[in-house]
Amino acid sequence: MTTDVEAPPPAKESPKEEGFLTLFLKNLWSANTVTVTFLSIFLALVVGAILIVVSDSAVLSKFAYFTARPSDALGSSWDLVSAAYADLFKGALFDPASFQAWFNHTGSWQQAFGPISETLTYATPLVFTGLAVALAFRGGLFNIGGQGQAVMGCVFAGVAGFAFHLPPGLHLIVALLFGLIGGALWGFLPGFLKARTGAHEVITSIMLNYTATLFLGWLILQKGVQDPTRSDAISKTIDSSAALPALPEPLRVHLGIVLAVVVTAGVAWLLNRSSFGFELRAVGANPPAAKTAGMSVARTYTLLMVVAGGLAGLGGAAQVLGTADKLTAQVAGNIGFDGLLVALLGRNKPWGTLFAAILYGALRAGGNLMQVDIGISLELVTVLQALIVIFIAAPAMVKAIFQLRAARSARLGASMSKGW
Amino acid sequence: MTEPTRSGKPQIESLSTATVENLTGVDAPTRFWNRERRLGAGITIIGLLATLVFGPLAKSETARFTLSTDASGAALSINGQVGTILFGAISIALGVLMLTGKARRWQTLLLCLGIASFVLAFLCWQVAGKFMPLVDTLSGSVEYALPLILGALAGVLGERSGVVNVAIEGQFLMGAFGAALVGTLATSVWAGLVSAMIGGLIIAAMLAVLAIRFLVDQVVVGTVLNLFALGVTGFLYERLMQPNALKYNQPPQMPRWEIPGLADIPVIGPVLFNTQVLVWIALALVVLIHFALKGTRWGLRTRAVGEHPTAADTVGVRVRGLRYLNVLLGGLIAGAGGAYFTLVSTGAFNKNMTAGAGFIALAALIFGRWTPFGALGAALFFGFAQKLAYFLSVAGSPVPNQFLNMLPYIATIVAVAGLVGRVRAPAADGQPYVKS
Repeated sequence: MTTDVEAPPPAKESPKEEGFLTLFLKNLWSANTVTVTFLSIFLALVVGAILIVVSDSAVLSKFAYFTARPSDALGSSWDLVSAAYADLFKGALFDPASFQAWFNHTGSWQQAFGPISETLTYATPLVFTGLAVALAFRGGLFNIGGQGQAVMGCVFAGVAGFAFHLPPGLHLIVALLFGLIGGALWGFLPGFLKARTGAHEVITSIMLNYTATLFLGWLILQKGVQDPTRSDAISKTIDSSAALPALPEPLRVHLGIVLAVVVTAGVAWLLNRSSFGFELRAVGANPPAAKTAGMSVARTYTLLMVVAGGLAGLGGAAQVLGTADKLTAQVAGNIGFDGLLVALLGRNKPWGTLFAAILYGALRAGGNLMQVDIGISLELVTVLQALIVIFIAAPAMVKAIFQLRAARSARLGASMSKGW
Repeated sequence: MTEPTRSGKPQIESLSTATVENLTGVDAPTRFWNRERRLGAGITIIGLLATLVFGPLAKSETARFTLSTDASGAALSINGQVGTILFGAISIALGVLMLTGKARRWQTLLLCLGIASFVLAFLCWQVAGKFMPLVDTLSGSVEYALPLILGALAGVLGERSGVVNVAIEGQFLMGAFGAALVGTLATSVWAGLVSAMIGGLIIAAMLAVLAIRFLVDQVVVGTVLNLFALGVTGFLYERLMQPNALKYNQPPQMPRWEIPGLADIPVIGPVLFNTQVLVWIALALVVLIHFALKGTRWGLRTRAVGEHPTAADTVGVRVRGLRYLNVLLGGLIAGAGGAYFTLVSTGAFNKNMTAGAGFIALAALIFGRWTPFGALGAALFFGFAQKLAYFLSVAGSPVPNQFLNMLPYIATIVAVAGLVGRVRAPAADGQPYVKS
C-alpha cells in the first residue's frame, strides 16, 4: 500500500537487460489493474459457486456423509457448479454446439451468433447508465439516481415513440432526444439541490428513483398511454419509425450499441478535451481550489448532473426503442443500478465503462441461459456483479489474498474517499 | 458569501481564509433573501396553495378526527372546507411573519407550525365527509418509523465515529431475510430477531473491513453492499423460499405487549403502551445512545474519533478499533430494524421488500443532525408520511395511489434539501484513518 517502500532498487540489475518476456512475467503476478480485475472476477465466481452449492438441498444432503464418501459430495458440487458456469459462458459468448450445427448446415448463423447478440443487447443501456455514473464521479458527485433518470428516459422516449407520428429517421432522433431530456430533467433536480442547498445527491437522487418508478406505474395506466386492447399495465407499442434498427429477427442486437460506442467517444472527448471536462475534473478533485480558480462549483454540479442524467435517459431510451418496444412497470429493469457497478468496474473511465458494460451484459445474457437451463436464479448474476466490484474497489484485499507483488505504478485506489 | 459552507469538511478551508471571510462579512450588507425569508416565502406559498386550491376543492362536509382506532368515540370535528381554508390561512400568516424577518428567534418553531398547519389543511380537504382515526394514525406512524429509528441509530453510531454507513438498506434486507429464515426454521420470534441482528452484522462487518482496513470510499462500498445484499437475499429467496414457502418463509409474528394500567391512557396509552416490543427496544436505544454519547468514556471517545481521529490517536484512543466496534454495533441495531419487515410488518420475506427504507433512515439521520433524538423525530416525521400515504389510499383519496406513495420520498427530499438548513456532519465522517 505504501509507495515509498517499493522504490526500484537502483543500479543492481539494469532495467535494460530485462527482456519483454521477463518484464511481462514479472508484472503478471503484480497488483496491476488487469491482474486485479481478473482475480476479482475469479474470486467472485468462487463465492458464487459456494452460494450455488449451499442453496441446493440435493447437493447439500450429500455433504451430510462427507467424511464417509467425500467424492460424492465434491463430485455433485462440481457437476452443479460447472454446469452453471458452462451455461453462463455459452449464453454469453458462443455455444460450440451451435457453431458445429452451422458448419454442418443443420443450424443457422443466427443461432451461432445469438449469444453475442444477447450480450451486446444487454450491454447497450448499461453503457449509457454506466457513463452517467462515471462522468458524475469524475466531478465528485455520486449519481446513484441513474435508475430514476433511466426510467424517465424510458417514459419520455416511449411516449414520443407512440404519441408522435413522424417520418422514419426523424422520429427516431426525436424519440432519442426526448429520452435525453427526460433523464436530464431528473438529473437536474439533485444537481440543483446539491448546488443550492447542499443536500447530498445520494439521498435526493435515490428518492427520485422511487418517485420516477411510481410515476411510470401511474402513467402506463392512463388513457392515451395504456394499450387500449389490454387491461393490464402496459402502454401502446412505439411506431416502427421510432425503433432502433436491429439485425434480422432471432437476433436482437440493434443500432443502440453503435450509438453507445459513439457516445462513449463523445464522453471521453468531453471529459479529457473540453473546457467543461476540465472544470468538472477540477471540481471533482478539489472544490475549494476550483472555486478559488474562478470556476463556479454550483454551476458545474448542476450542469454535470444534467449531462449525466441525459446520458442515463439515453440508456432508458435505448432500452425502450431498441428492445422493449413498449412501456411496462419493469421496462427499465435494473439498468440504473447495474450502471453504477459498471462505472465502478470501469474505474470511471469512458472506455473502461464500455468494456465493463459488455462484461456485465455477458453475465446477464449467460445468466438467462443458466436460469432457463438448470434453474439457477438470475439473482446470482447480481451477486457476482456486486462481488466483482467489491473486490475491484479493494485492490489491497485482492493483493493480500493472492500475495501479489506491488505494481510498478501503484495507482490502485479505484475511488476517492470522501464523506458527506 | 457570508454564509459558511454547509458540509463539515470545508471547516479547514474557511479557517485558512478566515481574515478574508471576515473582511467581506463586515462590508457586505446581509442578503435580503436569507434562509428565514426563503423559508417564509415557501410557507406562504404552500399556505396559498392550501387556501386557494385545496379550499375550493374540499367538500363542505364534516371532517371527523376520532380519538380511537375506528369511527366511534369522541372526535374533533370541523367542516372540511372551512378547516382547509382556516389552516391554509394560518400557514400564510406564519409564512408572512417569517418573511418580515422579525421573528428570527422562533424560526424553527414557526417553520414547524407552518408545515403542521399545511398538513392539517391538506387533511381537512382529504377527510371532509369521512373520518380519520387519530390513534390508529399515530400508532401506525410509530410502527412505520420503527425501522427508520433503528436504521438511523445504526447510522449515528457509525457516523459519529467517522464511518459513513450507506449500507443500512443492505443491513435491513439481510436482517429481514435472516429473521424470516431462522424464525421459520426455529418457529421462534426471538431466534428470528437474533439472526436478523446477525444478518445486519454480516453486512456491517464487510463494510467495516472494506472501509476501515482497506480504505475504500465508504459511500461507494455502502452502495455496492446494498446491491450485494439485494442479490444474495433475492438469490436465496428464489432458491429456498419461493419453492418451499411453508418450510422457510412463514416466520411467527412478534407479539404485542400491553402494560395494564398505562395502556388505558387515552391516545398515548394505545400508541405507546400497547405495542410491539421492538418499539420499546428502539425508544430505549435512543435514550441509551443519547446518554452514552454524552456522558460515558465510550461516547467521548466516539465523538473524538469522529471529529479528529489524529488527536484522539495521540492521546491513546484506538481509532480503528473503536470504529470497528461502532460499525458492528450499528449492524446489530440495523439488523434488528430489518426484523421489523418480516416479523412485524408483512409476515413473509419478499425480494427487495425494504423499498428504500434504509435510505430514508439515512435521511432521518441527516435531518436529525446526527443525534439520537433528532433521528427519532425525523424518523417519526417520515413514518407519519408513510402512514398518511397508506391511510389516504385506503380511505379513497382522489389523488392517485402512486402519487400518494411518493409522499414519503418527496417528504425526504424536502426535508433534506429545504428544511434541514445548515448541518454539520462529524468532521472526519467518511475519511479513513491512516496512522502515519
